[in-house]
Amino acid sequence: MTTCAWCGTSTDAMDGFLHALGHQAFLQTALAAGLLASIGCGVMGTYVVVKRIAFLAGGIAHSVLGGIGAAVYFGLPPLAGALAAAVAAALLIGGIRLQWRAQEDTLISALWAVGMAAGILFIAKTPGYQTDLMSYLFGNILLVPRESLVFMAALDALLLVAVAAFHRQFMAVAFDEEFARLRGVPVAFFYLLLLVLVAVTVVLMIQVVGLILVLALITLPAAVAGHYVNSLGRMMVVATLLGGAVTSGGLALSYGPDLPVGPTIILLAGALYIASAVVSRQLARRRARRAFPAGAGEAGHG
Amino acid sequence: MTVTDPVIELRDVGFSYGAAPVLEGVDLTVEEGEFLGIVGPNAGGKSTLLKLVLGLLEPQRGDIRVLGRPPRDASRHLGYVAQYPAFSRDFPITVEQTVLMGRLGTGGWLGGYDRADRAAAWQAMVEVEAEDLAQRQIGSLSGGQLQRTLLARALVGNPRVLILDEPTANIDQRVESDIFDLLGRLNERMTILVVSHDIAFISGYVGRVACINRTLVCHKTEAVEGEIIQELYGDHVRMVRHQH
Repeated sequence: MTTCAWCGTSTDAMDGFLHALGHQAFLQTALAAGLLASIGCGVMGTYVVVKRIAFLAGGIAHSVLGGIGAAVYFGLPPLAGALAAAVAAALLIGGIRLQWRAQEDTLISALWAVGMAAGILFIAKTPGYQTDLMSYLFGNILLVPRESLVFMAALDALLLVAVAAFHRQFMAVAFDEEFARLRGVPVAFFYLLLLVLVAVTVVLMIQVVGLILVLALITLPAAVAGHYVNSLGRMMVVATLLGGAVTSGGLALSYGPDLPVGPTIILLAGALYIASAVVSRQLARRRARRAFPAGAGEAGHG
Repeated sequence: MTVTDPVIELRDVGFSYGAAPVLEGVDLTVEEGEFLGIVGPNAGGKSTLLKLVLGLLEPQRGDIRVLGRPPRDASRHLGYVAQYPAFSRDFPITVEQTVLMGRLGTGGWLGGYDRADRAAAWQAMVEVEAEDLAQRQIGSLSGGQLQRTLLARALVGNPRVLILDEPTANIDQRVESDIFDLLGRLNERMTILVVSHDIAFISGYVGRVACINRTLVCHKTEAVEGEIIQELYGDHVRMVRHQH
């Protein structure tokens, strides 16, 4: 039992977080930031998982550091630099995939590393105040300024409007590009738009988990959702809820022992994924066994 | 385009992926209402010919007209069932949603599918007897059920030409006959091109056979006999005529 420093109520360890949440504005902001990020990761993560473009998403996320570094160096807002770099990286990586398919993985890994290297050089050469590199790489949800919530909500709105408007085309491009092309869907355009929206999602998540860990939060909740649902829409909803659960859960778990929040969130997401993979495998086996009536002469062939 | 124009016309078409030509000097005219079988050995250029007609590939030589237009401009009037679907079977999508995809390009750009789209999808599923599968996930279908689903997806846009690449490659023979019976009925209202490795089987259904092994020769089905098959595949082919 501890006593609350603000109102004098005594609380135990887990209630401590909830109690602090009632008093501390920075925790409320952090919780809201996590929930706003979950919307982006649930919706766009679903496309990343079913289209199997996690590697492309990783390339976009990491090369964003180049844009952040340039913005810091030239005295511009870092998140604006991140957004510009993310969109540029998405178009470049999408162009590589569409034009030079044979060397896709080499070129994307090169862009991945070159973007990061450029960012680190810019930050190292920025005169005066040295920006905290670690918070871009691993996020710092506790330092999210309140104004950023508006920026994040606007990015979420942009994602939701785009997906609501074009979900038929995105589904067709994700499912079967050749067939989509035959139906007159401009496949290259929607493929690039999809990557740009993934880039927007990356920027949305930078403050929460940072650009190195962002990949896990984009893919894992959606992959877990994919174990249990059979439509993209449901996968998005379930992935968003799971994303909200792991960001809030990570925030709560890290509060008591004073752990870094981003890595706690990611470990929670990883644990959830492993547990779900085991469970869904067992369910699939059980279904396969049920395909045969019980005791139908299969004994001894286990 | 007037009534008498051919549906598909290839003149001296040549195509190559690399150094060696896959197709060379191909001339082919398909009239409205035909049921054309395309046969030939593996790697003989059958699928390539279909992709040229669909506008998915551009020929290096010659000219292709589909419905009197360049293939790309005609592709919305073509229904296509590929040999190897490009999607993964664990994609979270139902049969109905897969079929609805064939309605893309018929309505507006924004938002979801409307009532007319859903009605058309239902009708297409009924036509291929897949309406009971509507809410099934595509990964849970058998080979024959998946093929019916893809056929419904090709039909739902009301195509003038139906193009199928080995529609019965991985399904058992009874289902194979069902599918070809269905194609026979569809042929009453649309032109059909079907690629098959099984010349003896399809000769019972199609009106004319195009034999492709880099170059192309056409035959009336009655004329498809051992001599031609030997010419096409080499000497050591044992001809098996299925009687159904």
